[in-house]
Formats: sequence, C-alpha cells, structure tokens
Amino acid sequence: MSSLNIFDIAGSGMNAQTVRLNLVASNIANANSVSSSAGDVYKSRQPVFGAELKNVIDAQNAASKVEIRGIVESKAPAVMEYAPNHPMADKDGYIFKPNVNSVEEMANMMSASRSYQNNIEVLNTAKQMMLQTLKMGQ
Amino acid sequence: MAISFNAALGNSPMMLALREKRGEILAANMANADTPNFKARDLDFSTALKQATTEQTLLAHTQAGHFAPEMPFLGARLKYRNPNQVSLDGNTVEEHIEQAKFAENSLQYQASLQFLGGKFNELRSALTGQV
Repeated sequence: MSSLNIFDIAGSGMNAQTVRLNLVASNIANANSVSSSAGDVYKSRQPVFGAELKNVIDAQNAASKVEIRGIVESKAPAVMEYAPNHPMADKDGYIFKPNVNSVEEMANMMSASRSYQNNIEVLNTAKQMMLQTLKMGQ
Repeated sequence: MAISFNAALGNSPMMLALREKRGEILAANMANADTPNFKARDLDFSTALKQATTEQTLLAHTQAGHFAPEMPFLGARLKYRNPNQVSLDGNTVEEHIEQAKFAENSLQYQASLQFLGGKFNELRSALTGQV
C-alpha cells in the first residue's frame, strides 16, 4: 500500500531530528569537558541533513525522505583559558574548552523538538486518514 | 446490464489517489524542513486531475534504444513552491504553509472518502432493493 509512504517519510524526519537532538545533548553535556591541548578537546558536532537523492531525481517517486549525510565537527577554534592551577593545564598554563555555543545549542534543541512534533502531527493525521479509509462503505 | 464500477464511482477513486499522493509530497516537505537546499514541492491538483481523467498521448516506445516515455504517476507533475520568505540555507519549506496545506489536503481526502463511501452505499441499496 503506497499510503504507508507517509509513515516512512514522517518516520525519516523524526529519525533525523532525533539524531540532531542527540547531538545537541552530547554537545551540551560536553560543554565543560576541558582538555590540555587544542587537538584533543571535544568539538561541537552537527548533523548534515539531505533529501534522499534517488527520489529527488525520480519524478515518479517525488516524495523524498530525509537522510543524514554525516556528522561534522565544528571548525571554530577551541576556547583557550589561562588557568595555571588547573590539573589539565599545559606547560604554558592554558586549558582548552570545547567550542560549544550553549545558546546556539538551545535554539537547535527547540528547533529539533518542534520539527519532531510537526512530523508526529503528520503521522497522526495520516493514521486517521488510513483508519477512515479502512472503514469506507461500512 | 452489468454494473460498471468505473462508471458508478466516477472521479472519486482518482481523487483519493491524488489526495494521497499530495499528502505524501507535503509530508516530505515537512520532513525536510531543516534540510539545506531542499525545495518544497506541491501537486498542481486541477491539472493533475484533468490529466488523470483524460486519455494521455504518450511517446511510442518502439526500439530498445529509445528513451522510456515519461509516465507520471496519475499524470501528476510536481511544481516547486515560491517561498514567501527565502532562507539563507536555500530551503524553501515554510512549515506553517505546509501544515495548512496538509490539513486542507487531509480534509479534502476525507471528503473524497465520504463521497466514495456514499457511492458504495448507493450501489448496495440498488443491489438489495431496500431503501
């Protein structure tokens, strides 16, 4: 039944938003994980969403799901802080903090949860439509 | 005289199929609301219905080397939506608009469903001869 496509599509949207939400959680949880070198410090991670290409090209199957193309680490420089008494301080007395921007992450979280809710609404409506279709002519 | 289901049911099954397809497309738009460079699409319903209900002339496919003639689903061709506000990431999905269209579409789907159900009830009462 082709109408189950709606469930697949909304499901893919929810899946993508869940990954995004997971990454937000990871970023916020690690916002204060300090390190003694710029290379080792935790870097903010973001998902890259893309529309499933085979369906975009194929006009007959135009409704395309979301896929996660990958997860990228932010290239913003780590925050250096002078704290010579910190146990993780390097030989010059600096510690490195992750480049996580909490404000951005909170906004990201809200956006992700709204989009997730949106997909749930679509799913619910589609479910009701299908249930009514099953009851047709009775 | 045999009952022809196609004649008895009229446009309703086609309408349902098209509404369903449109719902799928709108769901995909909303699922991709955060996808960079995704362009929102929609079904031009009246032309889609017109094409779905009339005979279409398709290119003949007489040799293996020929391109397969394009067979759009129920004659439905998708168009890109013109966004009211453009966003920097090239995404043209506007969630409120998609939501409104989706709600509209599901209502229309239910309406088509009711009509189709009514047709079946009519057929049933014609068959049983009871009102």
